[in-house]
Amino acid sequence: MSSIDLTSETNSTSHRTSVAVRWVFFGCAFITVLTTLGIIAVLVNGAVNFFFGASVIDRLTGDAWFQQVTFTEFFTGTEWSPIIGDRSYGVLPLLWGTMMIVVGSAIVALPVGTATAIYLSEYADPRVRRTIKPTLEVLAGIPTIVYGFFAISFITPILQRFFPETGTFNAAAGAIVVGIMIIPMVSSLSEDAMSAVPDHLRNAAYGLGATKYEVSTQVVVPAAVSGITAAFILAISRAIGETMAVTLAAGMQPNITMNPFAEIQTMTAYMVQIGTGDVSVGSIGYQSLFAVGITLFAMTLAMNLLSLWVRERYQEEYR
Amino acid sequence: MSSDTAGGSPFENVGDDVDRKRTIGKIFVAICFASTLVGIVALVALIADVLYESWGWLSFDFLTYPPSRFAENYLPTGRGAGIYPALIGSILLIALTAVFTMFLGVGAAIYLEEYAPETKLTAFIEANIANLAGVPSIVYGLLGLAMFVRAFQLGTSLIAAALTLTLLILPIVIVSSQEALRAVPDSQRQAAYGLGANKWEVTRDVVLPRAMPGIMTGTILSLSRAIGETAPIIMVGAATSMFVPPVKTTAGVPYPDLFGPFAAMPMQIFDWARLPQAEFQHIAAAGIVVLLSVLLFMNATAIYIRNRYETR
Repeated sequence: MSSIDLTSETNSTSHRTSVAVRWVFFGCAFITVLTTLGIIAVLVNGAVNFFFGASVIDRLTGDAWFQQVTFTEFFTGTEWSPIIGDRSYGVLPLLWGTMMIVVGSAIVALPVGTATAIYLSEYADPRVRRTIKPTLEVLAGIPTIVYGFFAISFITPILQRFFPETGTFNAAAGAIVVGIMIIPMVSSLSEDAMSAVPDHLRNAAYGLGATKYEVSTQVVVPAAVSGITAAFILAISRAIGETMAVTLAAGMQPNITMNPFAEIQTMTAYMVQIGTGDVSVGSIGYQSLFAVGITLFAMTLAMNLLSLWVRERYQEEYR
Repeated sequence: MSSDTAGGSPFENVGDDVDRKRTIGKIFVAICFASTLVGIVALVALIADVLYESWGWLSFDFLTYPPSRFAENYLPTGRGAGIYPALIGSILLIALTAVFTMFLGVGAAIYLEEYAPETKLTAFIEANIANLAGVPSIVYGLLGLAMFVRAFQLGTSLIAAALTLTLLILPIVIVSSQEALRAVPDSQRQAAYGLGANKWEVTRDVVLPRAMPGIMTGTILSLSRAIGETAPIIMVGAATSMFVPPVKTTAGVPYPDLFGPFAAMPMQIFDWARLPQAEFQHIAAAGIVVLLSVLLFMNATAIYIRNRYETR
């Protein structure tokens, strides 16, 4: 730091520039904080509009509070039709749709992703790993709209061949395609965790007469379990927020059903429906965007924080 | 194998039967290898499916004509219809996003790597960036809609969409730029300080030039993610039936219409894919081929830059 002070005495113009530049860079970094604040403000304000029929400021300065949608109705109602027919605002059908996608995609991605990670970390020789890892990363880089197209043009026809009752839009195709999409996330984060397990643990187990299978499943996986769990949670969070693939594949029909071949609607798909429709600004349909949006945001934020906490709390430190 | 390991050994329940252990091991490897293939087979199937569906629908006219409501116009024998306004719209959108992210992302990374003191605020900014990377893209769309489109009165314009995409990819750009800056050896900074340069001069003349290839690679890869993002631009209100690209002309010189409506490729593909007529599935596939080609070109550029400067 002293070198800066030396130049600043001889050349105060360049010192002033240096200070100004520092503040510009700080401003750039602070934009990210403003983004978070902006997201929260926009979602909260929109949600207040939805529940109370006016913005936060109007409510604080104007008339008494009245609720146009009660929390009980929103969180426990089983009918979601905010723009047509008999209006009802129960978010449960959308939550149910999202949950079907999450559970389905987890069934696909978690076992496959973990097994992939075990193979890459424990069995594959370095050459194979160098080809397979980038290939899987390509999978992560493909736009989600392309996955949606893949679901309706490839997966749904296959499902229809085996299960003739499958609709054009169905939860199963959406879940499978989201599962494929999050495999690279599960496998690469889990593999990082497994590769971080030090070799002396493996060698100790070999010394006790363990086979490679026993070392992989009873030493490496338990030692890496915090990283693997964190990967699972992040992948599920990603599945909750996934939008275009489920919109195209799973449909636009809010529906509480156990049938994976029926049309459903996720929270994100509902937001796309409003975003592409002719809903006028200020109408309850427009406001409902933000009520659904804040629910989605809260869920993904909770998952991301949980993942961070799991990783930090249960991480094994090796030296 | 003696039996005196019984009791405390975690492997006791597997037994001493070596043959059985070998079989289990082989089955396990087979399962793991098959799982690895799932992802690769899915990738191959996806690309094959898109190419197969687009076969016969992709022609040069597809790149140079606006969309049409009639599927037969898209055929090579038809009157000509395609993705032109959306292609130009996407390119302009990404160029604009690139300008914003380069400035903001690199600035933020420089602050965090070179300037930031180790305070609670810095730690909070870093944690916040990590968290922002996990926010679903559609939520950024809501931010863009309520903030840029409505509050800032930018309307459903190219600039509103570019700002939304900028905020979306900013966390990734910052993190990758930070890595590039961190890779510059400290000895170089010290040498410049020793010659009497101040912090800004060191950053500008020593650190940034060396970190630039890494920064460019990370930024281009992030931009290639932004070009395929559909949900945010839907919320901002990208047009579905634009017949001209968002370009104006003054005295024969074309320039992008920053405040007008625009079409973008992912939105156009979504619009085609949800139409019920079977022909439009092929047209959507043709659009996807164009989108993936642009993406491939961007990634190839990023990899070229990385390899070109890696050895220095």
